[in-house]
Amino acid sequence: MFKDKACIVGIGETAYCRKPGSGLGEEALQLHAAVAALHDAGLSGSQIDGVLAFPNVGKCEAFAASLGSENLRFAAIIHMGGAAPVASLRLAAMAVVSGAANHVLIPAGWNGYSGARVRQTVTTDKHSIPGGAIAWDYYLPQGLTVPPQWYALMARRHMHEYGTTHEQMGAVAIAMRRHAQLNPAALMHGKSLTMADYLASPMLADPYRVNDCCLETDGAAACIVTTVERARDLGKPPVYIMGAAAGQPYPADEITNRKDFHRTGLSIAAPEAFRMAGVTPADADFAQIYDCFTFEVIQQIEEAGFCARGEGGPFVENGAIELGGRLPVNTHGGLLSEAHSLGIGHIVEAVKQLRGSAGARQVADAEVGVVTGWGDFGDGSIAILRR
Amino acid sequence: MSRQTIPYDKPLPALEGLTAGFYAWCRQGELRFQRCADCGTFRHVPREICAQCNSFAWSWEPSTGRGTVYTWTVVERALHPAFVNATPLAPVVVEMEEGVRLLGNMVDCAPHELRIGMPVQVEFEAVTAEVSLPRFRRRD
Repeated sequence: MFKDKACIVGIGETAYCRKPGSGLGEEALQLHAAVAALHDAGLSGSQIDGVLAFPNVGKCEAFAASLGSENLRFAAIIHMGGAAPVASLRLAAMAVVSGAANHVLIPAGWNGYSGARVRQTVTTDKHSIPGGAIAWDYYLPQGLTVPPQWYALMARRHMHEYGTTHEQMGAVAIAMRRHAQLNPAALMHGKSLTMADYLASPMLADPYRVNDCCLETDGAAACIVTTVERARDLGKPPVYIMGAAAGQPYPADEITNRKDFHRTGLSIAAPEAFRMAGVTPADADFAQIYDCFTFEVIQQIEEAGFCARGEGGPFVENGAIELGGRLPVNTHGGLLSEAHSLGIGHIVEAVKQLRGSAGARQVADAEVGVVTGWGDFGDGSIAILRR
Repeated sequence: MSRQTIPYDKPLPALEGLTAGFYAWCRQGELRFQRCADCGTFRHVPREICAQCNSFAWSWEPSTGRGTVYTWTVVERALHPAFVNATPLAPVVVEMEEGVRLLGNMVDCAPHELRIGMPVQVEFEAVTAEVSLPRFRRRD
């Protein structure tokens, strides 16, 4: 139990770009974000004694070496794909509250555009993909090679069971795009999206169109976690971690044989996080929900408890997840319309909202916010934050 | 007239461990799943032990090859170079009569005719000399 004992005291991010690419290696990119987060917090690299890196894009030891973190004593990588940053936030809270570390850095970022775009990449290491050998041996030979194709199976079943529609998925894409118009750093700033545009977007893997899919971008972000006591000596108002949890679907390494096809890691994690926080989903002023694809937003809205299973489609209609609606979701534009910063961007945006520094997209009087992560075959993580 | 065999360039399973056993049966034109020798539960994908009772005892038992479509997608644009000229693909997850689900491509169904609940029958496509992949065909 670490409720309100740990907090986020620093955030940093790079610019996000597609063309011409960041021009930096993935470690350098993340170091730019990490140093920005240190400056934001008023900390030096030597004070970092915990690092939780993102799988496959960086090594804790390398970050510590570059930042002058001579007393590294807590280092780990959580292998949950896009659920890793929020799961790391929870682990960082546990670490600082237990005394395992004083200041934990969570960096994430990649050259998702200039480095290894999905369509141009052929995986040669079967252990580097979600599900590892299972995907390699049973999915890839059947032509299911990448996440939108795997997750399309879940989306299609949800449409069958609950009547979820293309237009409801479109409402998610449009909400993220509208928010991006209020965020000059978003790659889709200045590019509107109507329902007609959405429905005309080419089909990739039914029901997913191009406009259901996250952007492929270069960029990085980072945050720093410490205890509430230590935060008192720092410059920025702390953002408190009220509750956080992570979970795995069953089985986590194989999508097709789940008894309950829509029970994900978040289904386990969300009740634990809300119980710890002592609030309910209705108390949230906003939610930053990992939006790798539009349907995953609908699914996570359900599994996080913002509505019942099957009601996520109607929930997102009529602007309800846009600013001014009942639950503004991804006020920065998310992975769909800001940039794909591997989920750390959702934490950064939540901190901006709770500091009241989100500018034109500020949620008025935001006190409590929810952040989720989704990764691999439905790994889930969630944090409930307050100012 | 000379004939040239075009090498199969799509991803293939690694024929190792339990996966080698599964595909060896496919190569013989037979669909078999692991079945726990203690509690009788079928399982797929192959695993070392039974998740129901944790028994290590099992055998490859024949499937009827029949099932119904549980969910599906249609890959219109491949995101893997080997499949670029193979679209549209219609991968389906089939709930087999044994209670396990198996992923495979439909061979005889136009994408717009795919339906959840559609009865299907397994068959096998020998894509290389060593590997036959399970596919599905509609049945009445």
